[in-house]
Amino acid sequence: MGDGEPLVRWDWIGRNWPSVESLLVDHVIMAIVPVVLGLIIALPLGLASVRWRLLYQPTVSVMNVVYSLPSLAVFIVLIPLTGLAERATVIIPLTFYALAVLIPAVVDGLGAVPDHVRQSAVAMGFGPMRRLLQVDLPIAVPVVLAGLRVATVSSISLVSVGALIGRGGLGYLFIDGWQRQFYTPIVVGIVLVTALAVLADGLIILAQRLLTPWARARRSA
Amino acid sequence: MNWLIDFFGNSANWSGPDGIPARLLEHIEFSVVALAFSMIIAIPLGLLIGHTRRGAVLVVVAANAARALPTLGLVVLIVLLVGVGTTWPVLIPLVALAIPPILVNTYEGIRGVDEDLRDAAYGMGLRGGQVLMKVLVPVALPLILLGLRIAAIQVVATATVAAYVGLGGLGRYIIDGLATKDFPSTIGGAVLVALLALIVQLIFSLLQRVMVSPGVSQRVKVR
Repeated sequence: MGDGEPLVRWDWIGRNWPSVESLLVDHVIMAIVPVVLGLIIALPLGLASVRWRLLYQPTVSVMNVVYSLPSLAVFIVLIPLTGLAERATVIIPLTFYALAVLIPAVVDGLGAVPDHVRQSAVAMGFGPMRRLLQVDLPIAVPVVLAGLRVATVSSISLVSVGALIGRGGLGYLFIDGWQRQFYTPIVVGIVLVTALAVLADGLIILAQRLLTPWARARRSA
Repeated sequence: MNWLIDFFGNSANWSGPDGIPARLLEHIEFSVVALAFSMIIAIPLGLLIGHTRRGAVLVVVAANAARALPTLGLVVLIVLLVGVGTTWPVLIPLVALAIPPILVNTYEGIRGVDEDLRDAAYGMGLRGGQVLMKVLVPVALPLILLGLRIAAIQVVATATVAAYVGLGGLGRYIIDGLATKDFPSTIGGAVLVALLALIVQLIFSLLQRVMVSPGVSQRVKVR
């Protein structure tokens, strides 16, 4: 490493912005698709686990095991099936990590619905479907979204590990910087990944405010 | 599957400095050292913040940073800054990434202890330090162990990634295998790392059973 090499060379950023931008787009796709897929799968699985309690413990145990597997190892094991440097190789494991966080969140969220609320809904003549959509799910929103925040932020930071198998979005900047012993791409990568995570986190918080107007009304009352 | 047989069936892979036993031991050694350092830093800090309830902001920042910071980027940057060549600089990012889960869970564990329990301990004449060690820590132990488990698994995973910047251990098979297109060794290394992570998970489940007081885990019903 040459002495006096600054941590950030601003002109590098200016010259390379187009390629950084395409890495950024790739990164966002690989980070967000697993979370969206995870949420779509976790909702029915979570509902099933609440309805049939026996299902819950095995599901959680399996998810715990999945969650403990190092991402790089899972990427590698998938390569023969999905190919080197393919988006799917990164997206599939990240979907499972998202599920591991989201299924318990959905179950806990639905478990947080107070009994008297559920009974009131029944007494008012709500059928099971209407009760689920209009009472249970809205009340579960804060807990589910808390899980979604964790899943989203870790998904965004995990994508970069994919750079080691040739498909890691902004993670490529780390490989590039290391190979050329050059700080700037590494710093740019860390800053962008972290900023992306903070931004996504903020968007979910905003969504939560919009989806649960009663929480704000109660606080200001 | 044939790749696995190629890798594990090759007797050359079972001996020497690049053999599976040596690499596994290396991996365990780095992980234990990194975990020990992060425990020395994070547990006292978590106990202090949880007990005095000062500096909680630090915990929130640590918790968020831990999830958002990209591991690979941190590893590459720190090693480039500190200098390449010896093993020890590579351990810095491992320690840095293991601190937040331990710190956050220790803090949450201590803070979450029932207020009545804390009052009762003081009422019985225990002093601050005694309350902490005799009441708060045993009650918070499940969460503290959970933090250690998350950290340990994180360290095993990060040590694998850190093979990219020259750390030994099982990650070598993955990184070197990818570089030389030797897929049997890449996949074999990945399977070994996954197994190690599962064993760590298992060890912590056992620790939880042995260490947590029966009164806290409620395995013994109190009438």
